[in-house]
Amino acid sequence: MRISRRRVEAILHKELRDLRRSGNVVSAMVVLPLVFLIQPVIQVFTIPSSGSPALHHEHTLIYMLAIPALVPAALAAYSIVGERVQGTLEPLLSTPVQQNELILGKALAVFLPSVAVAYAVFAFFIAIVEVFAAPGVASGLVQAPDVVAQIVFTPLLVTWSIWVGMAISARSSDLRTAGQVSILVSLPTVAVTSLIAFNVIPSNLRVALAFGIGLVVLDRLGWRAATLVFDRERLITTTK
Amino acid sequence: MASVGGSARPRSDDPALSVRSLTKRFGDRVAYQEVSFEVGRGEVFGFLGPNGAGKTTMVRTLGTLIAPSSGAATVAGLDLTPANGVAIRRRIAIMPEAPGLYLRLSVRDNLACFADLYEIPDPPDRIRQALDTVGLADRIDDACGALSKGLRQRVSLARALLSDPEVLFLDEPTSGLDPAATKDVHSLIEDLRRRGVTVFLTTHRLEEAEQLCDRVAILNTTLRTIGRPDELRDRLFRRTLTVRTVTPLARPAAVFGLVSGVTGWRVEGAGTYVLEASDITVAAPEATRALVAAGADVLALTESHHSLEDVYLQLVEENDGEPAE
Repeated sequence: MRISRRRVEAILHKELRDLRRSGNVVSAMVVLPLVFLIQPVIQVFTIPSSGSPALHHEHTLIYMLAIPALVPAALAAYSIVGERVQGTLEPLLSTPVQQNELILGKALAVFLPSVAVAYAVFAFFIAIVEVFAAPGVASGLVQAPDVVAQIVFTPLLVTWSIWVGMAISARSSDLRTAGQVSILVSLPTVAVTSLIAFNVIPSNLRVALAFGIGLVVLDRLGWRAATLVFDRERLITTTK
Repeated sequence: MASVGGSARPRSDDPALSVRSLTKRFGDRVAYQEVSFEVGRGEVFGFLGPNGAGKTTMVRTLGTLIAPSSGAATVAGLDLTPANGVAIRRRIAIMPEAPGLYLRLSVRDNLACFADLYEIPDPPDRIRQALDTVGLADRIDDACGALSKGLRQRVSLARALLSDPEVLFLDEPTSGLDPAATKDVHSLIEDLRRRGVTVFLTTHRLEEAEQLCDRVAILNTTLRTIGRPDELRDRLFRRTLTVRTVTPLARPAAVFGLVSGVTGWRVEGAGTYVLEASDITVAAPEATRALVAAGADVLALTESHHSLEDVYLQLVEENDGEPAE
């Protein structure tokens, strides 16, 4: 059956309105990226020009790819189980909305703010570097291939994290458990980006291509998995 | 009669709901078993039963939220199949026991979301109409979290009315409401009846069912009985007259034995007699005349009233575990 754009947008708008009024969730979305900013910002202010050659072997921006891996996890983990706990899932599923429309609407509602936050934090960091870093340090911290990697991999990582979070959310009956498990399951992705950032995994075009293709495949599979895990009857009938 | 895929429209003489030998099991546990009934269009149909009887599960099944284990049904003229799920949900609305509103959002935002999910044309107009119906137009911009429980229930009802459903399922709509809010909900259901909406009402409140419903069914895993409330009373209980006199009658058999329409009598206490009547309209005046002729000082002569609660208790508790006829 065709996907109704109007129904997807209805879910999306409802989620975004709800998100705007949820202070705790917005705080978490802001605080978590700031944690990943601390170490790079310290580098900006502490590394002298003489230390800049060493920076060319590090990829600080890649390290910050942990942000798009972690920020959506908590939001996505809330998406289904949150409705169950509030008691809003049954009225929602009683409407003509199809499960792929519901999942798509909810995924977009996590995707858009997560990507926006990730890009905003990257832009903020680059601005700090350009204004405050010593000459030479700036070029070491912000390398053109890393910027391209940021732009390309951020939406892919956000998407993967969303599917993982939503699949966990659809199987959970407790908000905190869903959030914690979702963050935990996102950690391997953070580990991979960190290993690349610190040159344990060499950062080159081949690795970037492999990483990119892997994420595209995972994102495709993740959509299918999230749809399959979403069992209308189980979600309605199992106890909270 | 039924159709597939939502392309065919139901005929107006089709029942709004037709359930045939429907059974739902969760593993070894039976929620309801071999349940059959029909609900006519425009009927207010009460579905009664104790906790765990399967009422809510039946609503969820007919609302396509869960699949039956066996049996068949048509809902708003469509076969109850997974393929017809979306088409059925377009034609019905369910008001669950808990309002299930987004408490951080305004009444308007809650209803706008559902109007879009039903792809309703001109949502602002429909939202206004639905809120007018439940008397909440002036609270449209209030956050749902700021509303009382009764008002939330009204918003939930407005949400259910948005799509102008052919069949409206109300699952315990007055549960937890105070008497004033309950009365408001009753008025709204009466209004729905006048508008010709088919209402499937599950409730614990027997007086509510008696007041509102054209017919009721009593479920306790199996369907125990179905009919109009007065039919059920007559089916289960003989109609009786209770006579009270100032002093006991000297020869009650001589007084009551020859009264037309009285098929039997017994003494309930000093000066109190219960007469079993085949036809109350004949027996009551005849008994009065006989008492006066016997020189009795009559204190009261009343028809014993068996409530729907008596019917319910008779069927649910005394025959617990036995299937209905």
